[in-house]
Amino acid sequence: MGSTLPLFPEAASTQAGNVDLLYFFVVAVSAFFSVLIAALVISFAVKFRRRQPDEVGAPITGSLALELLWTIIPLMITMVLFVWGAWVFLDMARPPRGSMEIYVVGKQWMWKVQHPDGQREINELHVPAGRNIRLTIGSEDVIHSYYIPAFRQKIDAVPGKLTTMWFNATKPGEYHLFCAEYCGTKHSGMIGKIVVMEPDDFENWLSGGGGMSTSASGEKLFADLACNTCHLENSGGRGPVLGGVPGSLVQLADGSSVIADDNYLRESIMNPQAKIVAGYQPLMPTFQGLVTEEGLLQLISYIKSLPPASSQTSNGAGH
Amino acid sequence: MNSAHAPVASTTPPVNYLNATHGIKSWLLTKDHKRIALLYLVSITLFFGLGGLFAGLVRLELLTPQSDLLQPETYNKAFTLHGVVMVFFFLVPSIPAVLGNWLLPVMIGAKDLAFPRINLLSWYLYIIGGIMTLAAIVSGGVDTGWTFYPPYSTSSPTHVVLAGLGVFVAGFSSILTGLNFIVSVHRMRAPGLAWFRLPLFVWSHYATSLIMILGTPVVAITILLLAAERVFGLGIFDPARGGDPVLFQHLFWFYSHPAVYIMILPAMGVMSELVAAFSRKNVFGYSFVAFSSMGIAVLGFVVWGHHLFVSSQSAYMGLIFSILSMLVAIPSAVKVFNWTATLYKGSISWDAPMMYAIGFIGLFTIGGLTGVFLAVMGIDVHVHDTYFVVAHFHYIMVGGAIFGYLGGLHYWWPKITGKLYNEYWARASAFIIFVGFNLTFFPQFIVGYLGMPRRYAMYPPEFQVLNVMSTAGATVLAVGYTLPLIYFLYSLVKGAPAPANPWGAKGLEWTIPSPPPTENFLVTPVVTEPAYNYNPGREVEVAGR
Repeated sequence: MGSTLPLFPEAASTQAGNVDLLYFFVVAVSAFFSVLIAALVISFAVKFRRRQPDEVGAPITGSLALELLWTIIPLMITMVLFVWGAWVFLDMARPPRGSMEIYVVGKQWMWKVQHPDGQREINELHVPAGRNIRLTIGSEDVIHSYYIPAFRQKIDAVPGKLTTMWFNATKPGEYHLFCAEYCGTKHSGMIGKIVVMEPDDFENWLSGGGGMSTSASGEKLFADLACNTCHLENSGGRGPVLGGVPGSLVQLADGSSVIADDNYLRESIMNPQAKIVAGYQPLMPTFQGLVTEEGLLQLISYIKSLPPASSQTSNGAGH
Repeated sequence: MNSAHAPVASTTPPVNYLNATHGIKSWLLTKDHKRIALLYLVSITLFFGLGGLFAGLVRLELLTPQSDLLQPETYNKAFTLHGVVMVFFFLVPSIPAVLGNWLLPVMIGAKDLAFPRINLLSWYLYIIGGIMTLAAIVSGGVDTGWTFYPPYSTSSPTHVVLAGLGVFVAGFSSILTGLNFIVSVHRMRAPGLAWFRLPLFVWSHYATSLIMILGTPVVAITILLLAAERVFGLGIFDPARGGDPVLFQHLFWFYSHPAVYIMILPAMGVMSELVAAFSRKNVFGYSFVAFSSMGIAVLGFVVWGHHLFVSSQSAYMGLIFSILSMLVAIPSAVKVFNWTATLYKGSISWDAPMMYAIGFIGLFTIGGLTGVFLAVMGIDVHVHDTYFVVAHFHYIMVGGAIFGYLGGLHYWWPKITGKLYNEYWARASAFIIFVGFNLTFFPQFIVGYLGMPRRYAMYPPEFQVLNVMSTAGATVLAVGYTLPLIYFLYSLVKGAPAPANPWGAKGLEWTIPSPPPTENFLVTPVVTEPAYNYNPGREVEVAGR
């Protein structure tokens, strides 16, 4: 039998305080209305209890003023909650620029992590305190959900696309990591820990591992899959030049345009016929089944590391 | 039963709908809406027992942090079957198919529903769907959760297709019931029974029926698509075959969020009847309560995306669903305030049905307010898929729907069976269920905010104390549920005969004998007054004018 009875979770990120403050406000509003209703119901039920068997109640049909009152006040309160909740959410949903990028892949039943410098871990995530960390999350099989209660953060890992989460951990320590979306037999075993370290300790930890950086692994994969036979460093290849594409506006053959975010890059590798860049032929084969979800993240990391092509905008990334 | 105001002489007629014909065939081929309601009563009680058994297994396993009583495979099947059986085979049909079927024709002064044969067909469809799902359970079960999310449900080695098709078939039972109610309310009201004289029970069933016929086909199609993906390998939801798993979630919740209102709206209808009858008073703000049912039915269709805030749905889509979800809280709040105001200057008795009604107000208030937490996006990110959500929807479905169902069953039991049950035990069980329910589910709000995810066979040891409280509460709840089964059955054998109107209540159902004859009304009633007219001597205007 557990000897402790915790009633409130630890708060260990810059966002956790915002969520808790909002939570306490909604608890206060709810407690107020619950107590109000309970007090009215109980006092009426006692005060107006039936005293004679054939007694009937007073014929009160209603009151427009009261109806308006208890429509408008709850409406105003919920609108305040909507705006406040949306404000907290949008902050949690949009990673700041310049965040440290870490790739996470969920699969039945483990979380695999790649740090930019090549460190890899399973079911653990080491991060430095006080830095904005952005996780780019994919799934190799079914839907999972990356959930760190102490940070009040959660995002689904959805096969076929990439999702992101960001946080800034405030307190060194170890925190729970859970899979929150039911994913089969060992769903409750798909857990781990988030290890928040002092920045110096984190540097030491990083240097302890090693191997190739994520983008270097991506570069190797880029060559192994022969991507470089079509995607040249400068124009003239059968495919677009990739340097500078991530984050830019890409003109498509059908006249529309799209921002080249992670999901666009992912789709262009797995399902290249979905969006054809203007000026190019639909020649590229799909790499579905040829590249793992981790390999995909390495490729994206490599493409992001490429310098913009020299003074060329004919690669389809022109504005 | 408090019989202070009951007439002394029994009015039980020698021939009534229960004994008019005899033999098993007379029941299995009946077209009488009241007998069909009883067929449903027996069958949903069996499914409730089955769903409760699975809930018991889940709670027992969660006594300890390890996975010891059940292996994770078995645990996953237990919570899946608890959800599937309770949602599709108990909660959705409970009030509409039992109380609605029995009462709706009587309340509108009709001899039966518009399509009696279709009504019987709907029970058979329910039974066929139930047998298919039972077959899936017996042959090894299903482990996807009641939500059937792909691509896990595409790849799960368990009996997803059979269980899904069981739900599919049972869905048609629900569609046919909804159709029957809508046509009956439009076409079969007694002379003088204008829309704004209808009991609020009828209004809420009308709103429920709209959801049933508009929403259920969508989940039926979704389940068929899932079955097609599994059987024929079509790529609809599985990204490995070019599908989109989030599309399933949109389609599923397009039905399944309104389905929550299929479960709660009829209970709200029962509530209005109970509050009026046990306050001997017209319902405060009748037309606001009636229109809030319609408002819930309509708004309920545009809030499904609040189940997808962390599913990779775009943040801006999330904003729209968040504000719409806030709006659906308003008509629910309006109802709670109106019921509370109805008590003011009423003549309130504390009979067992009223205890359920008062319990309902308290529990539904907590359930509804915690729903607001989930519509607030910044909070939902943290509590989504945790026990906070589990606690919230059990406050709505058990604290709301089951309290409404049990309250209604106690209120109309003398009318349905012609027998009085033991009032002392009925009050005791209402109290035990209320205590057991809160002990079971309130700790889950706390453990949810602490971060315990739902559908976990194993959990970190610091969550154990709260889980033990929850399991203890479930034990109390099980005792509370068993008592009515005993004293209701006992009343059939030994209960005193019920008078026509044991509660001194208003409403057409209390003007006919207990139990009534097969044709309900020997002479078609003519309605000359609004519902809940407890002060006929004094002028009562229809509220809201």
